[in-house]
Amino acid sequence: MPDFIIYALLAGIGLALAAGPLGSFVVWQRLSYFGDTLAHSALLGIALGLVTEMNLSLAVLCCACAVALLLVILRNRTRLSQDSILGILSHTSLAIGLVVISLFSTNQLDLSAYLFGDLLSVGKSELIAIAAAVIFCLGLVGHFWNAFLSITIHPELAEVDGLPVFGLHLLLALLIAVLVAAAIKIVGVLLITALLIVPASTARQNSSSPEAMALLASLYGVIAVCGGVALSWYIDSPTGPSIVLCCGAMFALSLLFNNLPKKQL
Amino acid sequence: MSNTLIKAHAVNVIIDERSILSNISLCLDAGHITSLIGPNGAGKTTLTKTLLGLQKPSSGLVTKRPGLRIGYMPQQLHVDQNLPLTVERFLSLANSEKGRVTQALTEAGAAQIKSHSLSKISGGEMQRVLLARALLRDPQLLVLDEPARGVDIAGQEELYSTIANIRERHGCGVLLVSHDLHLVMAKTDSVICLNRHVCCQGRPEEISIDPAYLDLFGQNRPAALALYTHHHDHDHDIHGNIVDAEKGKGTDA
Repeated sequence: MPDFIIYALLAGIGLALAAGPLGSFVVWQRLSYFGDTLAHSALLGIALGLVTEMNLSLAVLCCACAVALLLVILRNRTRLSQDSILGILSHTSLAIGLVVISLFSTNQLDLSAYLFGDLLSVGKSELIAIAAAVIFCLGLVGHFWNAFLSITIHPELAEVDGLPVFGLHLLLALLIAVLVAAAIKIVGVLLITALLIVPASTARQNSSSPEAMALLASLYGVIAVCGGVALSWYIDSPTGPSIVLCCGAMFALSLLFNNLPKKQL
Repeated sequence: MSNTLIKAHAVNVIIDERSILSNISLCLDAGHITSLIGPNGAGKTTLTKTLLGLQKPSSGLVTKRPGLRIGYMPQQLHVDQNLPLTVERFLSLANSEKGRVTQALTEAGAAQIKSHSLSKISGGEMQRVLLARALLRDPQLLVLDEPARGVDIAGQEELYSTIANIRERHGCGVLLVSHDLHLVMAKTDSVICLNRHVCCQGRPEEISIDPAYLDLFGQNRPAALALYTHHHDHDHDIHGNIVDAEKGKGTDA
Protein backbone atom coordinates (compact mmCIF):
# COMPACT_ATOMS: atom_id res chain seq x y z
CA MET A 1 0.00 0.00 0.00
CA PRO A 2 1.32 3.47 -0.77
CA ASP A 3 2.12 5.79 2.13
CA PHE A 4 -0.79 8.15 1.57
CA ILE A 5 -3.30 5.34 2.00
CA ILE A 6 -1.69 4.29 5.27
CA TYR A 7 -1.74 7.89 6.50
CA ALA A 8 -5.35 8.25 5.43
CA LEU A 9 -6.33 5.05 7.20
CA LEU A 10 -4.52 5.96 10.42
CA ALA A 11 -5.98 9.47 10.48
CA GLY A 12 -9.48 8.18 9.79
CA ILE A 13 -9.26 5.40 12.37
CA GLY A 14 -7.99 7.80 15.03
CA LEU A 15 -10.85 10.19 14.42
CA ALA A 16 -13.40 7.39 14.41
CA LEU A 17 -12.12 6.19 17.79
CA ALA A 18 -12.60 9.63 19.34
CA ALA A 19 -15.90 10.18 17.54
CA GLY A 20 -17.44 7.11 19.22
CA PRO A 21 -17.73 8.40 22.80
CA LEU A 22 -18.09 12.08 21.83
CA GLY A 23 -20.73 11.22 19.24
CA SER A 24 -22.60 9.23 21.88
CA PHE A 25 -22.84 12.35 24.04
CA VAL A 26 -23.97 14.34 21.01
CA VAL A 27 -26.79 11.81 20.55
CA TRP A 28 -27.69 11.64 24.26
CA GLN A 29 -27.79 15.41 24.67
CA ARG A 30 -29.55 15.87 21.34
CA LEU A 31 -26.81 18.10 20.04
CA SER A 32 -26.60 16.76 16.51
CA TYR A 33 -27.16 20.24 15.09
CA PHE A 34 -24.24 21.40 17.23
CA GLY A 35 -21.82 19.46 15.02
CA ASP A 36 -23.14 21.30 11.95
CA THR A 37 -22.77 24.62 13.69
CA LEU A 38 -19.18 23.86 14.59
CA ALA A 39 -18.48 22.74 11.05
CA HIS A 40 -19.89 25.98 9.62
CA SER A 41 -17.84 27.99 12.07
CA ALA A 42 -14.82 26.02 10.90
CA LEU A 43 -15.36 27.51 7.47
CA LEU A 44 -15.16 30.94 9.10
CA GLY A 45 -11.91 29.74 10.67
CA ILE A 46 -10.53 28.84 7.26
CA ALA A 47 -11.44 32.30 5.97
CA LEU A 48 -9.84 34.07 8.92
CA GLY A 49 -6.79 31.84 8.63
CA LEU A 50 -6.35 32.84 4.99
CA VAL A 51 -6.72 36.52 5.78
CA THR A 52 -4.34 36.55 8.73
CA GLU A 53 -2.02 33.97 7.16
CA MET A 54 -1.96 31.87 10.29
CA ASN A 55 -1.97 28.08 10.33
CA LEU A 56 -5.33 26.99 8.93
CA SER A 57 -5.91 24.12 11.36
CA LEU A 58 -5.15 26.41 14.27
CA ALA A 59 -7.55 29.06 12.93
CA VAL A 60 -10.27 26.44 12.52
CA LEU A 61 -9.68 25.16 16.04
CA CYS A 62 -9.87 28.68 17.51
CA CYS A 63 -13.10 29.46 15.66
CA ALA A 64 -14.76 26.18 16.63
CA CYS A 65 -13.81 26.69 20.28
CA ALA A 66 -15.08 30.29 20.22
CA VAL A 67 -18.44 29.16 18.83
CA ALA A 68 -18.67 26.33 21.38
CA LEU A 69 -18.00 28.86 24.14
CA LEU A 70 -20.58 31.25 22.75
CA LEU A 71 -23.17 28.48 22.56
CA VAL A 72 -22.74 27.36 26.16
CA ILE A 73 -22.85 30.96 27.41
CA LEU A 74 -25.87 31.95 25.31
CA ARG A 75 -27.69 28.82 26.41
CA ASN A 76 -27.24 29.87 30.01
CA ARG A 77 -27.94 33.57 29.59
CA THR A 78 -30.81 33.86 27.15
CA ARG A 79 -34.23 32.36 26.93
CA LEU A 80 -33.86 31.32 23.30
CA SER A 81 -34.17 27.61 22.73
CA GLN A 82 -31.02 25.72 21.98
CA ASP A 83 -31.86 24.98 18.37
CA SER A 84 -32.56 28.67 17.66
CA ILE A 85 -29.21 29.66 19.15
CA LEU A 86 -27.48 26.97 17.11
CA GLY A 87 -29.23 28.09 13.94
CA ILE A 88 -28.24 31.72 14.50
CA LEU A 89 -24.62 30.89 15.28
CA SER A 90 -24.37 28.36 12.49
CA HIS A 91 -25.59 30.50 9.63
CA THR A 92 -24.06 33.74 10.83
CA SER A 93 -20.60 32.20 11.02
CA LEU A 94 -21.10 30.47 7.66
CA ALA A 95 -22.13 33.79 6.07
CA ILE A 96 -19.19 35.69 7.57
CA GLY A 97 -16.86 32.95 6.35
CA LEU A 98 -18.18 33.07 2.79
CA VAL A 99 -18.06 36.87 2.66
CA VAL A 100 -14.53 37.03 4.05
CA ILE A 101 -13.29 34.38 1.63
CA SER A 102 -14.75 36.14 -1.38
CA LEU A 103 -13.42 39.55 -0.29
CA PHE A 104 -9.91 38.61 0.69
CA SER A 105 -8.78 35.53 -1.14
CA THR A 106 -6.59 36.63 -4.05
CA ASN A 107 -6.15 33.36 -5.85
CA GLN A 108 -9.39 31.44 -6.17
CA LEU A 109 -9.54 29.15 -3.17
CA ASP A 110 -10.83 25.66 -3.80
CA LEU A 111 -13.53 25.33 -1.20
CA SER A 112 -14.49 21.80 -2.13
CA ALA A 113 -11.53 20.32 -0.23
CA TYR A 114 -13.00 21.81 2.93
CA LEU A 115 -16.63 21.10 2.10
CA PHE A 116 -16.10 17.42 1.33
CA GLY A 117 -12.75 16.65 2.92
CA ASP A 118 -9.59 15.33 1.36
CA LEU A 119 -8.45 12.39 3.42
CA LEU A 120 -5.96 11.13 0.86
CA SER A 121 -3.89 14.31 1.11
CA VAL A 122 -3.16 13.86 4.82
CA GLY A 123 0.60 14.21 5.40
CA LYS A 124 2.89 13.21 8.23
CA SER A 125 2.62 16.48 10.15
CA GLU A 126 -1.17 16.47 9.89
CA LEU A 127 -1.25 12.90 11.06
CA ILE A 128 0.68 13.89 14.17
CA ALA A 129 -1.71 16.80 14.82
CA ILE A 130 -4.72 14.50 14.44
CA ALA A 131 -3.15 11.90 16.76
CA ALA A 132 -2.56 14.60 19.37
CA ALA A 133 -6.17 15.80 19.09
CA VAL A 134 -7.51 12.25 19.38
CA ILE A 135 -5.40 11.41 22.43
CA PHE A 136 -6.39 14.71 24.04
CA CYS A 137 -10.12 14.09 23.46
CA LEU A 138 -10.11 10.43 24.49
CA GLY A 139 -8.01 11.11 27.59
CA LEU A 140 -10.33 13.84 28.86
CA VAL A 141 -13.54 12.00 27.98
CA GLY A 142 -12.25 8.94 29.82
CA HIS A 143 -11.23 10.96 32.84
CA PHE A 144 -14.53 12.83 33.13
CA TRP A 145 -16.73 9.98 31.88
CA ASN A 146 -18.94 9.62 34.97
CA ALA A 147 -19.22 13.37 35.42
CA PHE A 148 -20.26 13.83 31.78
CA LEU A 149 -22.84 11.07 32.20
CA SER A 150 -24.23 12.71 35.33
CA ILE A 151 -24.72 16.12 33.69
CA THR A 152 -26.32 14.41 30.70
CA ILE A 153 -28.85 12.53 32.82
CA HIS A 154 -29.92 15.35 35.15
CA PRO A 155 -27.90 18.59 35.37
CA GLU A 156 -29.58 19.81 38.56
CA LEU A 157 -29.01 16.52 40.35
CA ALA A 158 -25.36 16.73 39.30
CA GLU A 159 -25.13 20.27 40.64
CA VAL A 160 -26.59 19.31 44.02
CA ASP A 161 -23.98 16.55 44.14
CA GLY A 162 -21.36 19.26 43.82
CA LEU A 163 -20.27 18.82 40.18
CA PRO A 164 -19.23 21.98 38.27
CA VAL A 165 -22.02 21.56 35.72
CA PHE A 166 -21.33 24.70 33.67
CA GLY A 167 -17.62 23.90 33.42
CA LEU A 168 -18.32 20.31 32.38
CA HIS A 169 -20.78 21.40 29.69
CA LEU A 170 -18.15 23.81 28.41
CA LEU A 171 -15.42 21.15 28.42
CA LEU A 172 -17.60 18.70 26.52
CA ALA A 173 -18.45 21.35 23.93
CA LEU A 174 -14.76 22.22 23.56
CA LEU A 175 -13.79 18.57 23.10
CA ILE A 176 -16.37 18.21 20.34
CA ALA A 177 -14.99 21.42 18.81
CA VAL A 178 -11.45 20.00 18.85
CA LEU A 179 -12.63 16.81 17.18
CA VAL A 180 -14.61 18.68 14.54
CA ALA A 181 -11.63 20.92 13.79
CA ALA A 182 -9.43 17.85 13.40
CA ALA A 183 -11.99 16.01 11.26
CA ILE A 184 -12.63 18.82 8.75
CA LYS A 185 -9.78 17.45 6.65
CA ILE A 186 -11.24 13.95 6.61
CA VAL A 187 -14.93 14.22 5.88
CA GLY A 188 -15.32 17.95 5.31
CA VAL A 189 -17.69 20.58 6.63
CA LEU A 190 -20.84 19.13 5.13
CA LEU A 191 -20.53 15.57 6.40
CA ILE A 192 -18.79 15.93 9.73
CA THR A 193 -21.87 15.45 11.88
CA ALA A 194 -22.45 12.08 10.25
CA LEU A 195 -19.21 10.70 11.67
CA LEU A 196 -20.39 11.76 15.14
CA ILE A 197 -24.00 10.63 15.17
CA VAL A 198 -24.42 7.78 12.70
CA PRO A 199 -22.04 5.24 14.32
CA ALA A 200 -23.40 6.17 17.76
CA SER A 201 -26.99 5.71 16.61
CA THR A 202 -26.08 2.38 15.05
CA ALA A 203 -24.42 1.29 18.27
CA ARG A 204 -27.55 2.16 20.28
CA GLN A 205 -29.40 -0.82 18.84
CA ASN A 206 -27.15 -3.42 20.43
CA SER A 207 -25.81 -1.92 23.61
CA SER A 208 -27.04 -2.20 27.15
CA SER A 209 -24.74 0.31 28.83
CA PRO A 210 -23.40 3.75 27.93
CA GLU A 211 -19.85 2.38 27.86
CA ALA A 212 -20.78 -0.42 25.46
CA MET A 213 -22.50 2.08 23.19
CA ALA A 214 -19.45 4.37 23.09
CA LEU A 215 -17.04 1.49 22.35
CA LEU A 216 -19.31 0.00 19.74
CA ALA A 217 -19.69 3.42 18.11
CA SER A 218 -15.89 3.68 17.88
CA LEU A 219 -15.73 0.21 16.36
CA TYR A 220 -18.44 0.96 13.77
CA GLY A 221 -16.65 4.22 12.94
CA VAL A 222 -13.37 2.38 12.35
CA ILE A 223 -15.11 -0.16 10.11
CA ALA A 224 -16.74 2.66 8.15
CA VAL A 225 -13.40 4.43 7.67
CA CYS A 226 -11.75 1.23 6.40
CA GLY A 227 -14.72 0.53 4.13
CA GLY A 228 -14.78 4.10 2.84
CA VAL A 229 -11.07 4.16 2.06
CA ALA A 230 -11.35 0.79 0.32
CA LEU A 231 -14.33 1.97 -1.72
CA SER A 232 -12.48 5.08 -2.69
CA TRP A 233 -9.39 3.01 -3.64
CA TYR A 234 -11.27 0.56 -5.84
CA ILE A 235 -13.97 2.64 -7.50
CA ASP A 236 -12.22 6.02 -7.17
CA SER A 237 -15.06 7.64 -5.25
CA PRO A 238 -14.47 10.70 -3.01
CA THR A 239 -13.16 9.39 0.33
CA GLY A 240 -15.15 11.50 2.84
CA PRO A 241 -18.56 10.79 1.33
CA SER A 242 -17.60 7.12 0.94
CA ILE A 243 -16.92 6.87 4.67
CA VAL A 244 -20.26 8.46 5.50
CA LEU A 245 -21.93 6.16 3.00
CA CYS A 246 -20.48 3.17 4.89
CA CYS A 247 -21.78 4.62 8.18
CA GLY A 248 -25.22 5.00 6.66
CA ALA A 249 -25.20 1.49 5.21
CA MET A 250 -24.26 0.00 8.57
CA PHE A 251 -27.10 1.90 10.23
CA ALA A 252 -29.56 0.61 7.65
CA LEU A 253 -28.32 -2.95 8.15
CA SER A 254 -28.61 -2.70 11.93
CA LEU A 255 -32.20 -1.48 11.59
CA LEU A 256 -32.97 -4.40 9.34
CA PHE A 257 -31.40 -7.01 11.61
CA ASN A 258 -32.92 -5.63 14.76
CA ASN A 259 -36.44 -5.21 13.47
CA LEU A 260 -36.99 -8.33 11.40
CA PRO A 261 -36.99 -10.91 14.23
CA LYS A 262 -39.34 -8.80 16.36
CA LYS A 263 -42.00 -8.79 13.68
CA GLN A 264 -41.99 -12.59 13.56
CA LEU A 265 -42.63 -12.90 17.26
CA MET B 1 -27.14 27.10 65.98
CA SER B 2 -25.15 23.96 65.30
CA ASN B 3 -28.32 21.95 64.77
CA THR B 4 -29.29 23.98 61.71
CA LEU B 5 -28.53 22.49 58.30
CA ILE B 6 -29.88 25.21 56.04
CA LYS B 7 -31.14 28.62 57.03
CA ALA B 8 -32.95 31.09 54.82
CA HIS B 9 -33.21 34.68 55.93
CA ALA B 10 -35.56 37.22 54.28
CA VAL B 11 -35.26 35.54 50.88
CA ASN B 12 -36.90 37.14 47.87
CA VAL B 13 -36.92 35.60 44.42
CA ILE B 14 -37.98 37.64 41.42
CA ILE B 15 -38.08 35.98 38.00
CA ASP B 16 -39.01 37.97 34.88
CA GLU B 17 -40.05 40.91 37.08
CA ARG B 18 -42.56 38.68 38.82
CA SER B 19 -42.16 38.10 42.49
CA ILE B 20 -42.16 34.35 43.06
CA LEU B 21 -41.13 34.29 46.70
CA SER B 22 -41.18 37.12 49.15
CA ASN B 23 -39.58 37.45 52.53
CA ILE B 24 -39.04 33.78 53.30
CA SER B 25 -37.25 32.91 56.49
CA LEU B 26 -36.94 29.34 57.67
CA CYS B 27 -34.63 26.80 59.24
CA LEU B 28 -34.10 23.15 58.38
CA ASP B 29 -32.79 21.24 61.36
CA ALA B 30 -30.82 18.03 61.64
CA GLY B 31 -33.02 15.00 62.25
CA HIS B 32 -36.25 16.94 61.69
CA ILE B 33 -38.89 16.25 59.10
CA THR B 34 -40.24 19.47 57.61
CA SER B 35 -43.20 19.37 55.25
CA LEU B 36 -43.48 22.20 52.75
CA ILE B 37 -47.04 22.47 51.51
CA GLY B 38 -48.85 24.94 49.30
CA PRO B 39 -51.19 25.11 46.31
CA ASN B 40 -49.98 24.85 42.71
CA GLY B 41 -47.92 27.88 41.75
CA ALA B 42 -47.13 28.74 45.35
CA GLY B 43 -43.40 28.67 44.63
CA LYS B 44 -42.60 25.38 46.34
CA THR B 45 -40.22 24.19 43.66
CA THR B 46 -38.55 27.61 43.43
CA LEU B 47 -38.08 27.66 47.19
CA THR B 48 -36.64 24.14 47.10
CA LYS B 49 -34.23 25.11 44.35
CA THR B 50 -33.23 28.24 46.24
CA LEU B 51 -32.48 26.21 49.35
CA LEU B 52 -30.46 23.76 47.26
CA GLY B 53 -28.47 26.59 45.70
CA LEU B 54 -29.83 25.95 42.19
CA GLN B 55 -31.65 29.28 42.13
CA LYS B 56 -30.01 32.49 43.30
CA PRO B 57 -32.16 34.60 45.62
CA SER B 58 -32.77 38.15 44.34
CA SER B 59 -32.20 39.34 47.86
CA GLY B 60 -31.80 37.75 51.24
CA LEU B 61 -29.47 35.03 52.38
CA VAL B 62 -29.37 31.23 52.27
CA THR B 63 -26.69 29.71 54.46
CA LYS B 64 -25.75 26.07 54.48
CA ARG B 65 -23.78 24.23 57.09
CA PRO B 66 -20.28 23.89 55.59
CA GLY B 67 -19.76 20.52 53.86
CA LEU B 68 -23.46 19.66 54.06
CA ARG B 69 -24.29 16.50 52.11
CA ILE B 70 -27.70 16.71 50.47
CA GLY B 71 -29.63 13.84 48.92
CA TYR B 72 -31.96 15.46 46.42
CA MET B 73 -34.89 13.66 44.87
CA PRO B 74 -36.22 15.71 41.95
CA GLN B 75 -39.84 15.57 40.84
CA GLN B 76 -39.05 13.54 37.80
CA LEU B 77 -36.24 12.24 35.68
CA HIS B 78 -36.57 11.87 31.97
CA VAL B 79 -33.92 9.67 30.41
CA ASP B 80 -33.36 9.92 26.68
CA GLN B 81 -34.35 6.70 24.89
CA ASN B 82 -30.97 6.70 23.21
CA LEU B 83 -29.09 6.39 26.48
CA PRO B 84 -28.90 2.73 27.46
CA LEU B 85 -28.79 2.86 31.23
CA THR B 86 -29.81 0.30 33.81
CA VAL B 87 -31.05 1.29 37.24
CA GLU B 88 -27.88 -0.19 38.73
CA ARG B 89 -25.50 1.76 36.48
CA PHE B 90 -27.45 4.97 37.10
CA LEU B 91 -27.18 4.53 40.85
CA SER B 92 -23.50 3.61 40.69
CA LEU B 93 -22.87 7.15 39.38
CA ALA B 94 -23.96 8.46 42.76
CA ASN B 95 -21.84 6.05 44.79
CA SER B 96 -19.62 3.36 43.34
CA GLU B 97 -18.82 1.56 46.61
CA LYS B 98 -19.45 -2.13 46.22
CA GLY B 99 -22.78 -3.39 47.54
CA ARG B 100 -24.11 0.06 48.32
CA VAL B 101 -26.41 0.23 45.30
CA THR B 102 -28.21 -2.98 46.21
CA GLN B 103 -28.47 -1.88 49.82
CA ALA B 104 -29.98 1.49 48.90
CA LEU B 105 -32.41 -0.05 46.44
CA THR B 106 -33.55 -2.53 49.06
CA GLU B 107 -34.01 0.26 51.57
CA ALA B 108 -36.08 2.24 49.06
CA GLY B 109 -38.13 -0.89 48.34
CA ALA B 110 -37.14 -1.45 44.72
CA ALA B 111 -34.52 -4.19 44.80
CA GLN B 112 -36.25 -6.19 42.06
CA ILE B 113 -35.75 -3.62 39.33
CA LYS B 114 -31.98 -3.35 39.72
CA SER B 115 -31.20 -4.54 36.20
CA HIS B 116 -34.14 -2.90 34.45
CA SER B 117 -33.64 -0.16 31.90
CA LEU B 118 -34.12 3.28 33.45
CA SER B 119 -36.28 4.49 30.59
CA LYS B 120 -38.71 1.60 30.92
CA ILE B 121 -39.67 1.63 34.60
CA SER B 122 -42.96 3.03 35.88
CA GLY B 123 -43.41 6.37 37.59
CA GLY B 124 -43.71 4.81 41.03
CA GLU B 125 -40.59 2.72 40.47
CA MET B 126 -38.72 5.81 39.31
CA GLN B 127 -39.63 7.54 42.59
CA ARG B 128 -38.07 4.63 44.47
CA VAL B 129 -34.95 4.71 42.32
CA LEU B 130 -34.55 8.44 42.87
CA LEU B 131 -35.01 7.92 46.60
CA ALA B 132 -32.32 5.22 46.53
CA ARG B 133 -30.05 7.61 44.68
CA ALA B 134 -30.56 10.28 47.32
CA LEU B 135 -29.67 7.73 50.01
CA LEU B 136 -26.46 6.79 48.23
CA ARG B 137 -25.10 10.26 48.90
CA ASP B 138 -25.08 9.49 52.66
CA PRO B 139 -27.19 12.60 53.12
CA GLN B 140 -27.41 14.74 56.22
CA LEU B 141 -30.44 16.30 54.58
CA LEU B 142 -32.92 14.61 52.28
CA VAL B 143 -34.81 16.93 49.96
CA LEU B 144 -37.81 15.24 48.38
CA ASP B 145 -39.71 17.26 45.78
CA GLU B 146 -43.26 15.91 45.66
CA PRO B 147 -42.39 12.26 46.17
CA ALA B 148 -46.08 11.44 46.46
CA ARG B 149 -46.99 12.99 43.11
CA GLY B 150 -48.99 10.53 41.05
CA VAL B 151 -48.95 7.94 43.79
CA ASP B 152 -52.26 6.74 45.21
CA ILE B 153 -53.14 6.97 48.89
CA ALA B 154 -52.01 3.45 49.71
CA GLY B 155 -48.76 4.06 47.87
CA GLN B 156 -48.29 7.34 49.71
CA GLU B 157 -48.69 5.63 53.03
CA GLU B 158 -46.06 3.09 52.05
CA LEU B 159 -43.75 5.79 50.74
CA TYR B 160 -44.10 7.93 53.86
CA SER B 161 -43.41 5.00 56.14
CA THR B 162 -40.28 4.25 54.07
CA ILE B 163 -39.16 7.86 54.51
CA ALA B 164 -39.87 7.75 58.25
CA ASN B 165 -37.78 4.56 58.51
CA ILE B 166 -34.95 6.19 56.63
CA ARG B 167 -34.99 9.17 59.00
CA GLU B 168 -34.85 6.82 62.00
CA ARG B 169 -31.96 4.84 60.55
CA HIS B 170 -29.81 7.64 59.14
CA GLY B 171 -30.75 10.45 61.48
CA CYS B 172 -30.94 12.85 58.56
CA GLY B 173 -33.11 15.91 58.26
CA VAL B 174 -35.91 15.72 55.69
CA LEU B 175 -37.55 18.41 53.61
CA LEU B 176 -40.71 17.02 52.07
CA VAL B 177 -42.48 19.07 49.42
CA SER B 178 -46.13 18.34 48.76
CA HIS B 179 -49.03 20.01 47.00
CA ASP B 180 -51.43 18.03 49.12
CA LEU B 181 -52.67 20.53 51.66
CA HIS B 182 -54.65 18.20 53.84
CA LEU B 183 -52.47 15.15 54.07
CA VAL B 184 -48.98 15.44 55.43
CA MET B 185 -46.74 12.80 56.86
CA ALA B 186 -47.86 11.71 60.30
CA LYS B 187 -44.25 11.79 61.47
CA THR B 188 -43.62 15.35 60.33
CA ASP B 189 -42.10 17.65 62.97
CA SER B 190 -43.10 20.90 61.39
CA VAL B 191 -45.16 22.17 58.49
CA ILE B 192 -44.46 25.23 56.40
CA CYS B 193 -47.44 26.46 54.49
CA LEU B 194 -46.35 28.46 51.47
CA ASN B 195 -48.18 30.72 49.08
CA ARG B 196 -45.44 32.96 47.70
CA HIS B 197 -44.81 33.91 51.31
CA VAL B 198 -44.88 31.77 54.42
CA CYS B 199 -48.56 31.73 55.41
CA CYS B 200 -47.92 29.91 58.61
CA GLN B 201 -45.56 27.40 60.08
CA GLY B 202 -45.49 25.19 63.08
CA ARG B 203 -46.36 21.73 64.26
CA PRO B 204 -49.02 19.95 62.22
CA GLU B 205 -51.68 20.19 64.90
CA GLU B 206 -51.10 23.94 65.22
CA ILE B 207 -51.23 24.52 61.47
CA SER B 208 -54.60 22.90 61.01
CA ILE B 209 -56.29 25.48 63.23
CA ASP B 210 -54.23 28.46 62.06
CA PRO B 211 -56.57 31.11 60.59
CA ALA B 212 -54.19 31.76 57.68
CA TYR B 213 -54.33 28.10 56.71
CA LEU B 214 -58.09 27.92 57.08
CA ASP B 215 -58.50 31.03 54.98
CA LEU B 216 -56.37 29.74 52.18
CA PHE B 217 -57.43 26.14 51.99
CA GLY B 218 -60.36 26.59 54.25
CA GLN B 219 -62.97 24.35 55.56
CA ASN B 220 -65.56 26.96 54.74
CA ARG B 221 -65.59 25.88 51.13
CA PRO B 222 -68.27 23.51 49.89
CA ALA B 223 -66.92 20.01 49.84
CA ALA B 224 -66.46 18.70 46.29
CA LEU B 225 -64.63 15.63 47.43
CA ALA B 226 -65.72 12.93 49.77
CA LEU B 227 -63.93 10.03 51.35
CA TYR B 228 -64.67 6.55 50.16
CA THR B 229 -63.43 3.75 52.32
CA HIS B 230 -62.05 0.66 50.61
CA HIS B 231 -61.96 -2.68 52.25
CA HIS B 232 -59.65 -5.06 50.42
CA ASP B 233 -58.59 -8.43 51.68
CA HIS B 234 -55.19 -8.01 50.04
CA ASP B 235 -52.59 -5.33 49.29
CA HIS B 236 -50.33 -4.57 46.35
CA ASP B 237 -46.67 -3.80 46.63
CA ILE B 238 -44.94 -1.18 44.49
CA HIS B 239 -44.71 -3.60 41.59
CA GLY B 240 -48.39 -4.38 41.61
CA ASN B 241 -47.91 -7.86 43.01
CA ILE B 242 -50.59 -9.00 45.40
CA VAL B 243 -49.36 -9.35 48.94
CA ASP B 244 -51.05 -10.40 52.13
CA ALA B 245 -52.91 -7.48 53.69
CA GLU B 246 -51.19 -7.91 57.04
CA LYS B 247 -47.70 -8.45 55.67
CA GLY B 248 -48.02 -5.71 53.04
CA LYS B 249 -47.20 -2.88 55.40
CA GLY B 250 -43.86 -4.24 56.46
CA THR B 251 -42.35 -5.61 53.27
CA ASP B 252 -40.70 -2.50 51.96
CA ALA B 253 -38.54 -1.76 54.98
